[in-house]
Amino acid sequence: MKYQVNEKGYYGEFGGAWIPEMMYTNIEELKTRYLEIIEAEEFKSEFDKLMKDYVGRPSPLYYASRLSEHYGSKIFLKREDLNHTGSHKLNNTIGQILLAQKLGKTRIIAETGAGQHGVATATVCALKGIKCVVYMGALDVSRQAPNVKKMKMLGAEVVPVHSGNKTLKDATNEAMRDWINNPEDTHYIIGSVVGPHPYPDMVARFQSVISKEMRGQLLEQTGSELPTRVLACVGGGSNAAGAFYHFLDDEQVELIGVEAAGKGVDTDETAATLTVGSPGVLHSARTMLMQTEDGQIIEPYSISAGLDYPGIGPLHAHLHKTGRAKFLAATDEEVLQSVLLLTQKEGIIPALESAHALAALDKIKMNPDDVNVINLSGSGNKDMETYLNYFGY
Amino acid sequence: MNNRINQLFESKKENIFSVYFTAGFPNLDDTVKIIQELEKNGADLIEIGMPFSDPTADGPTVQRSSEIALKNGMNLRLLFEQLKDIRKSVNIPLILMGYLNPVYQYGVEAFCRKCAEIGIDGTILPDLPLDEFEAEYRKYFEASNLHNILLITPQTSEKRIKQIDEASEGFIYMVSSSSTTGAGKKVEDFHVDYFERVQNMNLKNPRLIGFGISDHATFSNACKYAQGAIIGSAFVNAIKDSVNLEKDIATFVKSIDPGGKALL
Repeated sequence: MKYQVNEKGYYGEFGGAWIPEMMYTNIEELKTRYLEIIEAEEFKSEFDKLMKDYVGRPSPLYYASRLSEHYGSKIFLKREDLNHTGSHKLNNTIGQILLAQKLGKTRIIAETGAGQHGVATATVCALKGIKCVVYMGALDVSRQAPNVKKMKMLGAEVVPVHSGNKTLKDATNEAMRDWINNPEDTHYIIGSVVGPHPYPDMVARFQSVISKEMRGQLLEQTGSELPTRVLACVGGGSNAAGAFYHFLDDEQVELIGVEAAGKGVDTDETAATLTVGSPGVLHSARTMLMQTEDGQIIEPYSISAGLDYPGIGPLHAHLHKTGRAKFLAATDEEVLQSVLLLTQKEGIIPALESAHALAALDKIKMNPDDVNVINLSGSGNKDMETYLNYFGY
Repeated sequence: MNNRINQLFESKKENIFSVYFTAGFPNLDDTVKIIQELEKNGADLIEIGMPFSDPTADGPTVQRSSEIALKNGMNLRLLFEQLKDIRKSVNIPLILMGYLNPVYQYGVEAFCRKCAEIGIDGTILPDLPLDEFEAEYRKYFEASNLHNILLITPQTSEKRIKQIDEASEGFIYMVSSSSTTGAGKKVEDFHVDYFERVQNMNLKNPRLIGFGISDHATFSNACKYAQGAIIGSAFVNAIKDSVNLEKDIATFVKSIDPGGKALL
């Protein structure tokens, strides 16, 4: 339990609930009730049933033989891209919508970057007939048009946010303001392992289904529950938290998170928080941040709208600090090459975000008998325009 | 320990007129001038906003003024530099208001010492919650005789209000309604039942009401339920295009007509 959150909401020195008093009542209610709610048998059986019949779980663990041959090591893909709505995001939104119902909330708000979490939230709101408002940076609204249309078709209201750099950070600010303005009827479905305690722990628990399934599938396919290493991309870090969760205490399993280097960690256009960041407080958590010397938050950059967040979940800041996980960064260019490689070796077009984990395969030393598990967190359908423009098909 | 905030509440029991502005807005070097003009026109207490890139508890007006102030080049070091001689010309209590991260990067202990050196009397840091303040930071604030002002809202339970009252020095900042700053409130939007409920709790600390106080009607109404009120966004709006701060600040204060020693 060395890497779990403590009773005050901290992972080592990171985490906590640095909330303004306006959010106190809601966060306190969540904090005191979330475990009791999500560990109740009735909740668990409803969650598991939806995971199976609605999300389509378990997601396959696929042995990628041609990719393995290419790298000279065994590579397995955890196919979260095959989930309903095309990513791991639905694992969390299913959990939180059930929780919101138990709390008696009648209105849902969410922030979104690439639009995957927005779609996953709009989806569960349609499923349960609950009003849904999604905040999205105006720049992301224009670069992720298909997801915006999907959310609207699902019945959600999409609010473009024009402050700051008009991306994920600004959408998160606006969602927090909405919650401050609507404290009684609204639940805020945060999409990643970020924000005040208990969100990082709660979201990690909902996503932990990923590594729970991996263990069973690995046992079946390789004879051991434990792989050599697990690789996942990290923005806020929800898919990585889910992929690492049930391996945290098995210290022989190497955990590798891959951040978005953007145009390079030595340029101004990057989102590699752990490489260029320092400790600070943003969005109600103490964590690693991209910031100026004066403590102003720096706008991140990545080709993938899902990874350009200037912070990182406190769990990952802790795993980084303790050395339990290793964090690498992949550039836009490296990521696009990995997209093409997977597409043509395995017939799977990955999301830009997930391809960051693939790109790390070129950066690590692997032995022929190693078992490498890549969390393929999302499908490339939403990124087709970027791919077509870049590759010129 | 007594500081200027305590002295104010000891000498004045009603219609305390408190004003917020963002340092570095509309122009980088307006800070001292705005403070002097506000005091001259009858402000009892001033909250100097330390701009932050991500002001999650603020509405559009303060978001915008913060963004411009940062673009103008404002930062905490420069603000301290601008304020270094402020006590040669200004006597009313001064409070620094902003988000934790810039203070955290400056170093909380160094920040408190610097405040004492300049003659700052208090801070309002909305995202520094009570338990974190108690656990890690109170000692630095006390050593500098700096009052960290805490907030309560219509959702704050009676038990928590008592806890905050116990932990508070100076005054309690009552957020008028469930909202971010600004937001164009009318008197009818106020939670009068909450104002009355808190008024009847016999708290040891005086209270100021803020958020959505924008004109004479909202100011004087708020003053019925507390020792005074705080105006922020409306003042920031009033000076946003100002080319004559002296005149515009006088006109603004006149429109609020806070009573007492102001004007006339």
